[in-house]
Amino acid sequence: MSKAVLDALKSKFGDAILETSSKNTDESVTVAVDKLIEVCTFLRDDEKMAFDSPVFLTCIDRLGLPVMEHRFELAVQLRSFTKRHRIRVKVPMEEGKLKVPTLSGLWAGFNWLERETYDMYGVEFEGHPDLRRIYLYDEFKGHPLRKDFPKDLRFPLARREWADE
Amino acid sequence: MGLEITTTKLEDLANWGRKFSFFTYPFITACCGMEFMSVAAPKYDIARFGAEFPRFSPRQSDLMMVVGTITEKQAPALKRVYDQLAEPKYVIAFGVCASTGGFYQNYSVVPGIDQIIPVDVYIPGCPPRPEQVLDGIILLQKKVGEGRTVNQMRARREAMKDKQRQSEGV
Repeated sequence: MSKAVLDALKSKFGDAILETSSKNTDESVTVAVDKLIEVCTFLRDDEKMAFDSPVFLTCIDRLGLPVMEHRFELAVQLRSFTKRHRIRVKVPMEEGKLKVPTLSGLWAGFNWLERETYDMYGVEFEGHPDLRRIYLYDEFKGHPLRKDFPKDLRFPLARREWADE
Repeated sequence: MGLEITTTKLEDLANWGRKFSFFTYPFITACCGMEFMSVAAPKYDIARFGAEFPRFSPRQSDLMMVVGTITEKQAPALKRVYDQLAEPKYVIAFGVCASTGGFYQNYSVVPGIDQIIPVDVYIPGCPPRPEQVLDGIILLQKKVGEGRTVNQMRARREAMKDKQRQSEGV
């Protein structure tokens, strides 16, 4: 369905495209982190691509999976209303180096999604206008959707004194 | 001696009045709210127990119904609303999420509101049937009538301490 997009990306960017897949009619492309902005700008502005809708942006923690070349992976889903095709852009990230350039400059809708990804996984988006926690409070330490976050770890804001009963 | 008996009886009379005129503050956060609406609506009709009038200001109410999941981020707000309730105040934990955290065992949900405020009656269920809620209200009425809620007992303890201090002449 969206194979033309994959072909165009492969012929234009060559080595920067690490991997493509068309499993279950779900086209996805893995891009090196330093070419992300370039690829996304092309996807948005090129007449034949015209990806005008940011669907979602999140992170995948692959800890514990049988195949784990790199632990974290950024996943960005894009859709074009005019061309009626869609694509998923993935960016591999190494642990301890979770930094990617922000996409909120290209699609404003990614602003809050990037804040959520920062909140839950600790991915830092360089150049984001307002990168702080969106769901959790400032007293919270750590990033709870990482697979190694302890199940019982809590950061209570209010607790009762039991002594008076 | 005579005076003491009189005060006890007065307290009983007041409690009798209190138990049939709960002013509810509904602290509703989740799906249990649907059951609360069902209890409040004519079919199950909480008005039969004199608790039909939800006041949306804590200063005008004495019964707080905590209906639904309370998150850690929300906990300070719950505590603050409880502190503003008129004395004597009672709390019902409505549903398992409010009672124990329910099926949430994670970073964001408080494991039971009794970690934050004292609770008088716990109503189990996910969400509880309206009949269970009415049963809970009847239990609370019984408790209030006997003066056994957390708040009433604390007030009594403090009064006793005051009396002791006076008799010792401190």
